[in-house]
Amino acid sequence: MSLQQVAAQAASHPLSGTVAEWLWLLPVLPLAGFVANGLLSLNSARLGPSDPNAPHHHPHSLAAADAPAISHAEQAGAVGDDHHAVKRHRWAGLTSIIGPGVLVASFLLALSIFFAMKGAPMETPFIQRYFSWMPAGDLQIDAAFQLDQLSMVMVLVITGVGALIHIFSIGYMRDDPGYPRYFAYLNLFVFFMLVLVLGANYPVLFVGWEGVGLCSYLLIGYWFSEKANADAGKKAFIVNRIGDFGFLVAMFLLFANLGVLDFAGVNAKATELQAGGALVTAICLFMFLGCAGKSAQIPLYVWLPDAMAGPTPVSALIHAATMVTAGVYLIARSAVLFSLSPVASLTVAIVGAVTAIFAATIGLKQWDIKKVLAYSTVSQLGYMFIGVGVGAYVSGVFHLVTHAFFKALLFLGAGSVIHAMHVAYHRTHSHDDAQDMRNMGGLRRFMPVTWVLMWIATLAISGIPPFAGFFSKDEILGATFSRAQGSTLASATWLGIPGSSLLYAIYALGLISALLTAIYMTRLMLYTFHGPNRTGATEEGYLHEAPWVMTGPLVVLGVLSLIGGWLNIPKIANDLLGLGPRESLHHWLEPVVGGATARIAAGGHHPSVTLEEILIGAAIVIAVAGIAIAFARLKPARLVPKREARQEEGFERVLLNKYFVDEGYDRAIVNPTYAISRNVLWKGVDNGLIDGFLVNGSAAVARGFGWVGSRLQTGSTGIYAWAVVVGVIAVLGAFTLR
Amino acid sequence: MLAESLAISAVLFTIGVVGVLVHRNAIIIFMCVELMLTAVNLTFVAFSRFYGATGQVFVVFVMTVSAAEAAVGLAIIIAIFRHRQTVNLSDINLMKG
Repeated sequence: MSLQQVAAQAASHPLSGTVAEWLWLLPVLPLAGFVANGLLSLNSARLGPSDPNAPHHHPHSLAAADAPAISHAEQAGAVGDDHHAVKRHRWAGLTSIIGPGVLVASFLLALSIFFAMKGAPMETPFIQRYFSWMPAGDLQIDAAFQLDQLSMVMVLVITGVGALIHIFSIGYMRDDPGYPRYFAYLNLFVFFMLVLVLGANYPVLFVGWEGVGLCSYLLIGYWFSEKANADAGKKAFIVNRIGDFGFLVAMFLLFANLGVLDFAGVNAKATELQAGGALVTAICLFMFLGCAGKSAQIPLYVWLPDAMAGPTPVSALIHAATMVTAGVYLIARSAVLFSLSPVASLTVAIVGAVTAIFAATIGLKQWDIKKVLAYSTVSQLGYMFIGVGVGAYVSGVFHLVTHAFFKALLFLGAGSVIHAMHVAYHRTHSHDDAQDMRNMGGLRRFMPVTWVLMWIATLAISGIPPFAGFFSKDEILGATFSRAQGSTLASATWLGIPGSSLLYAIYALGLISALLTAIYMTRLMLYTFHGPNRTGATEEGYLHEAPWVMTGPLVVLGVLSLIGGWLNIPKIANDLLGLGPRESLHHWLEPVVGGATARIAAGGHHPSVTLEEILIGAAIVIAVAGIAIAFARLKPARLVPKREARQEEGFERVLLNKYFVDEGYDRAIVNPTYAISRNVLWKGVDNGLIDGFLVNGSAAVARGFGWVGSRLQTGSTGIYAWAVVVGVIAVLGAFTLR
Repeated sequence: MLAESLAISAVLFTIGVVGVLVHRNAIIIFMCVELMLTAVNLTFVAFSRFYGATGQVFVVFVMTVSAAEAAVGLAIIIAIFRHRQTVNLSDINLMKG
């Protein structure tokens, strides 16, 4: 396509000439922040934990010596046993401006583009082509960004929630010696995340996809001087590679069969594929393998709980609000493909439902506050996949947005708690676990702001109206229920099971998960903030609320968790309460996923108002019941600190150990891989075949010839003479007898 | 006439070859080599009688070379004897591989 054509096409779009032309600046701003912070971090790398020559008084714990207050918040018990003056990075001040600054600027730009979009209704995405990236025969891939309603939602979440988490990080990470490095990684992450959601074709999306994986790896292993953290980073990276393999295969299949990889082309040509055929199902399932890796679904969810080794704001941004939702985004983005394959869609929903309940049960019995939230994230991601699986793409994205609000709030609140606990333990030279809920308790007296905000988030995630989570979760469950009564999914079969009964089962699993969610979240609140304080008598005096730079973002997220549901308030609630514009997100995303949703819902009918009211009532009852059960059954007063706690028994132990899945993977995959690598590949192929046979073997052959040759050299003149005579006679004889 | 000459030189040459092969004493082997050269010279002379004088030129060449060879060879043998008190070739195998 010539430049004039591109220009002509762009000029005809409603967004051309508006602020949307500055689209490219959205990711470039964080990239600039990455470069600036990266340079600052290189400038005095001697302060970072990366430099083994840095002067340390405590060789057993590199970072602890330099950053007593915060850097070790996650590394319980590793705190140095002496006080040191806080050695901030020399550029900490500048980093505090650049790091969050670029995000705020990016968010403001995103907001203005959003308002420009609202003012110019559009049916087709606004595409900007920058240069031809991979022109290879039939394969024409441009480096191009596209802006449509779905991208806009994601961009607003990423830059908005991202900016808040960046600001929170100032308070949380300022005293860490690697502060500019932290912000460099965080900025780089936002850059790649924006590339992911703005890419106009699968390869560009894949660049962002891999980039966020890289940043996730870097930030999980941010305190890499502890081996466990570095290992957690590697685990995340390796597990994600399995998923990426699926994504790549899906892309190859798409190109081989459709010949295009840009979203516009795929959406236009997808209907050429046979609906429900094996090919489109294969493409979708391979793509979903990628989503399962990135979004931590069974069987690839194991990396996410380990990823909590990173700093808590990282868990909030990457491993709760944005990156792990990339899989949901990808399915919503490929809605046309998934709507053509009921089997793949049902698979997505089933995996989501099983993951939701599986992770929720594990969350019931975890003691580490961040682990509870990690399993909660896995569970909520399962909900999102139920949503996009049953073809309720808007509901899935809606839950993605509200989840970003309340889960970021929960993680940052947990960060605030850990921060307070850590400071207290540090002041008293205690080596107790600052993240274990058995060591907390009664924190509401010391941190009232965090307490209130965490309760808001808890009510939101539990699905209590009018908090954000209620609307999104209810919408997913409602969509699942109504799909069971007539849709392409209900009439399809999955491994011989009729789709309709599967959808009812998914709905039931979703309800039970909602109950469990309410229980484990209330448990977290009760053990952390209520009951007597178990921190220790001397530590109590040091517990206090976090500074405003940390509580400020919490308050904003709290407000969002409170009103986030208004984004897409259902018609029925609107009729009851008469609040605001209804189903705005639904209308907003209509041009992107409307066709796909209609294809899946074909043959169904909207549930009656009575049924809808019953479903909503059931969801509320379930949520309230969960909270009530937790209040009735759990007695924070009876809890003892971690070091006095008894060993768990029976099923509790199974839950605490996460169903021994990690151990199972170790036995089934990791150890056999090690064994094969060691015994077959290393000792067999490398040592035996290559070193033994090929390298040493050829040497031995040469040496053998040499040995024979040296035997011939007897040094005895007589034998040489004989050889000459025999040779002469032989040659003469040969000539004579010829 | 030619046939008889060639037969004599063949017999001489064979005696030389066998002497080289069977003897161990360096001096005797040396003399056997000289015998082989002499047999060849006889062949040259016999042929030159029937086919022109070129063969005689070669005879002079061979005698010159064999004289030089005798000088060098005997010098080596003497050097070996001084060094090892023997000229028995069975005992001289330093070049063994």
